[in-house]
Parts: sequence; structure tokens; C-alpha cells
Amino acid sequence: MSTEKVKFGRSKVFFDPFERRPGPIKTNMHYCPGCGHGILHKLIAEAIEYYGIQENTVFIAPVGCAVFAYYYFNCGSISVPHGRAPAVGTGASRATPEKYVISYQGDGDLAAIGFNEFIQAANRGERMSVFFVNNSNYGMTGGQMAPTTLPNQVTMTSPYGRNVETDGYPVKVCELVNALEAPVYIERVALTGTANIIKARKAVFKAIENLRDRKGFSLVEALSPCPVNLKMTAEQVNEFIDTKMTKYFPLGMLRDRSAETPAGKVPEAPVRDPEDVKQLLFTAKEGSGEGPATVNNSEIFNEERRIRVSGFGGQGILSLGHTLADMARLRHFNVSWMPSYGPEQRGGSASCAVILSRKAIPSPLVDSCDLLIAMTRAALDKFGYQLKDDGILIYDTSAMEKPAVKPGQKVFGLDALAIANRIGNAKCANSAVLGALAAILGKFALTPEDAADYRKVFTEAITESFRKKPQVVEQNIAAFNAGCDEMSSQLV
Amino acid sequence: MAAKKHRIRISKDECKGCRRCIPACPKKLISVGKEINIQGYLAVVAENPFDCIGCGSCFHQCPEPGAITIFEIEE
Repeated sequence: MSTEKVKFGRSKVFFDPFERRPGPIKTNMHYCPGCGHGILHKLIAEAIEYYGIQENTVFIAPVGCAVFAYYYFNCGSISVPHGRAPAVGTGASRATPEKYVISYQGDGDLAAIGFNEFIQAANRGERMSVFFVNNSNYGMTGGQMAPTTLPNQVTMTSPYGRNVETDGYPVKVCELVNALEAPVYIERVALTGTANIIKARKAVFKAIENLRDRKGFSLVEALSPCPVNLKMTAEQVNEFIDTKMTKYFPLGMLRDRSAETPAGKVPEAPVRDPEDVKQLLFTAKEGSGEGPATVNNSEIFNEERRIRVSGFGGQGILSLGHTLADMARLRHFNVSWMPSYGPEQRGGSASCAVILSRKAIPSPLVDSCDLLIAMTRAALDKFGYQLKDDGILIYDTSAMEKPAVKPGQKVFGLDALAIANRIGNAKCANSAVLGALAAILGKFALTPEDAADYRKVFTEAITESFRKKPQVVEQNIAAFNAGCDEMSSQLV
Repeated sequence: MAAKKHRIRISKDECKGCRRCIPACPKKLISVGKEINIQGYLAVVAENPFDCIGCGSCFHQCPEPGAITIFEIEE
């Protein structure tokens, strides 16, 4: 009785059958007869199986004929936009360092639209293996001229042959990458005769071994047959590659530093829990903020409140809005702060939109506001229409006459700059405005407790902003008090 | 010790008829068949599958994952 065992057969890394592939045929790949993609897919699958990394492999499929590689490989898959495979691969290998990232790209994808992503990833020595399929034309779209099309080669878009004077020379990707320091392994192979395919198999195995050992960036370029677009039979296309392509793209290993490169360790996994991320990004600062017991109870904030602060750059417009947002944040409101400014750091118009709410804020955009702080005439002209019918306008008296407003709207003027100059720091004008706001809100809107708390939370917010400049904190508090006093005297 | 025996199996319906395997076989076992398969291709056949020496040349040439399978026969 004799038994049979499979010596060469379908790899277990492939799905069986290809359930994801639409249509009735589930056993075959979608590639044309004689295509090199299938050959390389088989070699990669064999190597993944051999090194036992299937569970943790992320296969990045490019745009090109191999866009549907996720139909076939039973491992993690990402299908990415044109040329972005190394960029997505960088993200995948850094965010999930325990994974093994394979980037699989064609010549249009890698050498044309995605060359920058590719060469930068190679230069950084990202932990991934790149398989570059070079078939000397754009296969998926019907055989147009590619960066790797040979001189005088006829394609759909070079009917008289590639003219090197107008179209340049084919891009030698391996040689370009060999000029960089970081890559560990670079080899060019051809998927033609069996001897060449066995060499290609070795190269693929080496690249996957480096991947498993986390040694860094490996590149395998495969000169691949495209019989349909080159309008040749399988034998003719092999001959074309062996005689013509290899003349321009010589086969062989350009670099193998895998022996002297130590195997990399699995880097520590990054923080994934959203709460931990919050802790890392927004560490609680000591000595500021009250516990959750301190809440603002004023009815005015029962609905979402929108604030627009505007003026010209350098007046502290953005930091005024930011301090306001900080104050609301310290009292457990949800806040958003969205700045808008010209390219100049000083001068030019500047404005910011602040929203505070007890509920979630769906959008940071402000097109109508409850409070408008206008520090220049131009700012008022620009944003005056946004003020609601019952809104509050605070303007700088040194910049404009008292503006006309609708009957329901309240308008208050303050010479903030003069106050700030009296304090001795013109940059504190914005704190004077916040002081005036304290007086206004205290009189019209806030509960007595919250009105008292306003001054406290301002001190907390400003101390947090200028932790390293206690003198500035003092000046700002002085400006705040002066602004508050001046507005209170107006309101009596 | 006698050389191990092998068998080649070509799945008719998985073959796309690219004919890469034909020149690859050192024993010239593979030839173009006479039947069109369900995909519409003229599939290749191996007339004498037990003459296979198990070199795997045709398997590596074949772009399809499971069109060619080579078995090792254990007595």
C-alpha cells in the first residue's frame, strides 16, 4: 500500500477557496495567463508559511493589478491608495510593532506616483519588506509607458518607442536605494526560467527572514512577465526579460547586510487605550484646576455658547480665546478653540472661535455667536453680522466709536490698551477684556457663586499658561482686575 | 535505495493555458490538451503523470496557486 504526500502544492497562506473573489471562479487568481504576480505571490506565501509568521503578517496591497491581493493572502491586509503602501506600512509597523509588514508594489505605483513615500521609507529603514514588481509597463490600465519602460520599447503611449530625449531613461530603483545607508537587503531577480525563479525564491525567503528577525528594510525587485500587455507568448516574454530587460536592469544582489545587522527587538507596543492616550497627551498639571466637585451651575451655560474673538494679529486675540477656553475646560465644560489668522505673525486679521458646552460639541465652526469681542473696526465689520439678536458685543474704545447695534443686543466699550499700558505691559490688554467680561457676566448672567469663581478660574488658567513667567501672571491679573473695576463702574 | 516516485496532478479547471510549464519540465511530460476548461482556456495535460521526477520546476513556473500539485509516493 503506497501513500502520497504533497511535495509541491497550494500554500496554506492562501485562502482556499478564494471566497473574497467575486464571481463563480474561486480557485484561481484574477491575473492574466502567464502573469508574474501569481509566481511572486506563491513565493511570498511559501516564505510566510516557512517562517511561520502568517498570524502576524500585514500585507499591504498597492494600486495596480495586485490591488486584490487581499482576496488571496490569508493574513492581515490593507489596500491603500496609489503609491502610499510604504507610508501606510510605516504607520502599520510603528503602531503595531509586533506585526510583520509586507509592502507589495508595481512599477507605476512604486517608481512613479509613490516614489517619494518609498524612498523615504527606505531611507528611514522602516521595518518592512518591499516586493517591487517591475514589468516595464502599466499593466492594469492597458500597457502604457511606465518609469521602467526600456529605451525604444513600444507601449500604448510610446507607439514609436520610448524616446530617451523626451521621456528620460528607465528608473533603476535598486541602484537608487543602494545609495542609501539604511536598507539591509537589496536584490533584483527575474521571474523567467526555473533557475531564475529559484534565485528569486531565495531572495524572497531572505527578505521574509529579515522581516521575521526585524532587521529593517529589505527590497526585492522582480522583473516580471506581462505577456498580455507586451503582446508576447510566455516563452517570448521570458526571452524579452532575459535578453533585453536584464541588460538595463542587471540581476543580482546589490546589498546584503543581514548578517551584520543584529536582529531587532520587538519595540514596546504604543499606547492604545484612549484614556491612557489622554493621560499622556494632557497630563494633569499640578496646582491648577479644581476637582470635579466644582461645577458651574449658571443657567446661561445650559445651552451651547459660542464666542468670536477678533482683531489684528499681535493683539493677543488667539490667546484671549485660548484663555477663555482654558477657563471653561477647568470647570469641566467641553470646549473647542479654532483659530484663523493670516500668514503674518504680526498685523493682518486674526480671529478665533470658542465654543463651550455641557454636551458634546459637534463642530468647532462658529457662524453665529453669543459673544463678540472686536478689538478693531475691521474685525467688527467682518464679524458683526454673526452676533445673535440677544448677543453681547465688547469693543475696544480706542479703535472705534460706539457701534450701532440691534435693540436686543448689549454693547460695552473698554479701552483695554490704555489699561494694559498703565499696568506696564501692552500685551495684557486681552486680560483686561476678560476682566470686563467678568463684570458683565457677573451682573447679567452668572450666579453669585460662579461670578466669584470666575476670578479664581481666570487665575488658574493664566497661571497655567505662564507657569514659567510669574511676573507676567501678576501683570495679567492686575490687568484683569483693572478691566473688571472699570467695567463695573460703567455698569453702575 | 530506489529513487522516490512522484506524481504530477494538473487541475484542468485551474489552468489558464499560459504554457510556462511546458518548456520547464525536464522530462517533457506536459503538453497542450485538447479540451477547453470552465474558464475558457486550453488547459495543459500531463499524459504520463507517474513519470514525474518531482523537481518542482513546473510548480514554480505556474502562476496559479493550485493548478499543479506534485506528490511524493511513499511505498
